[in-house]
Amino acid sequence: MNARFLPLVGFGLVAALLAFGIHYMRNNSMNEVPSPLIGKAAPAFDLPLLNDPGKRLSNADLAGKPYLLNVFASWCFACRDEHPILMSEGRKLGIPIIGFNYKDEAADATRWLQQFGDPYSVVIADRDGRIAIDFGVYGAPESFLVDGKGIIRYKRIGAITPEILAFELKPRLAAMQGESP
Amino acid sequence: MSRARHFRGIFTALLALALLLPMLAQAIDALPFKDRAEEQRFQNLTRQLRCLVCQNESLADSSADLAKDLREEVFEQMKQGKSDIEIKQYLTARYGDFVLYNPPLRGGTALLWFGPLLVLLIGAGIVYRIVRRRAKVTPATPSAASSEEDW
Repeated sequence: MNARFLPLVGFGLVAALLAFGIHYMRNNSMNEVPSPLIGKAAPAFDLPLLNDPGKRLSNADLAGKPYLLNVFASWCFACRDEHPILMSEGRKLGIPIIGFNYKDEAADATRWLQQFGDPYSVVIADRDGRIAIDFGVYGAPESFLVDGKGIIRYKRIGAITPEILAFELKPRLAAMQGESP
Repeated sequence: MSRARHFRGIFTALLALALLLPMLAQAIDALPFKDRAEEQRFQNLTRQLRCLVCQNESLADSSADLAKDLREEVFEQMKQGKSDIEIKQYLTARYGDFVLYNPPLRGGTALLWFGPLLVLLIGAGIVYRIVRRRAKVTPATPSAASSEEDW
């Protein structure tokens, strides 16, 4: 090979690397931290219900059936963006959606649900965020798809969009339901 | 004269403010350390951990709510007598290797650790080849005239 072209080849390689970087950044949000919990059992929790703090909900209560755990808070703007799709599509998923109220005042969360609607089967409150740490939550909204064996199958960091619902959540749910329990 | 004094007053005030600011930063959350050594261990550990919310800050520096919670968690576990490695394992089990500023050495991170060395070796190989080729082309002892020209 003619050595005169070496600088051009070098330039081409660098340009290709930068182009890949731009392409990659467009398709993959760098803010998303892949969760090490996928494929593992959901962390143990036993938390009071938002609307009835005397009652509690734990993993044991949910054993045997898949569910979607949706982390939300009244102080979270992106949760408001996500909310309409949970309201319109949530019920159609055919699995319970557990609201995980994250570091929120009970009164604020209750008012928020009254104002925008309540898509949840039940809402549990993690006032100090300790269980959220076990789930690796670092922002709201986040959603965890948990199967009948209590294994986390999928995690969405950020709002559930129609695309996420159609191309990520529903296929996984269908695959789960196809498995023998 | 009075103007100069005026400026000096402003300067003194700014200096005082600048000196006070680090104290404010220190007081992000006052944790009850039992001694200086424990505090230093805590600072050292939280500096090696990344804040998940504002991802270019360490856990020690971040004022995010979650960072505060995690600092408290780290402190609690230190009190329980857990080692630095155990605390790091606790966090990586939940948030992945991303929380560590120092990525662990394993199969998937081998390129990260040895990539620079690899690039260096490739570069050295290229330089070696070029130097050898030039050494063949140019005469071993350049004439006095040409070396003068070069200088």
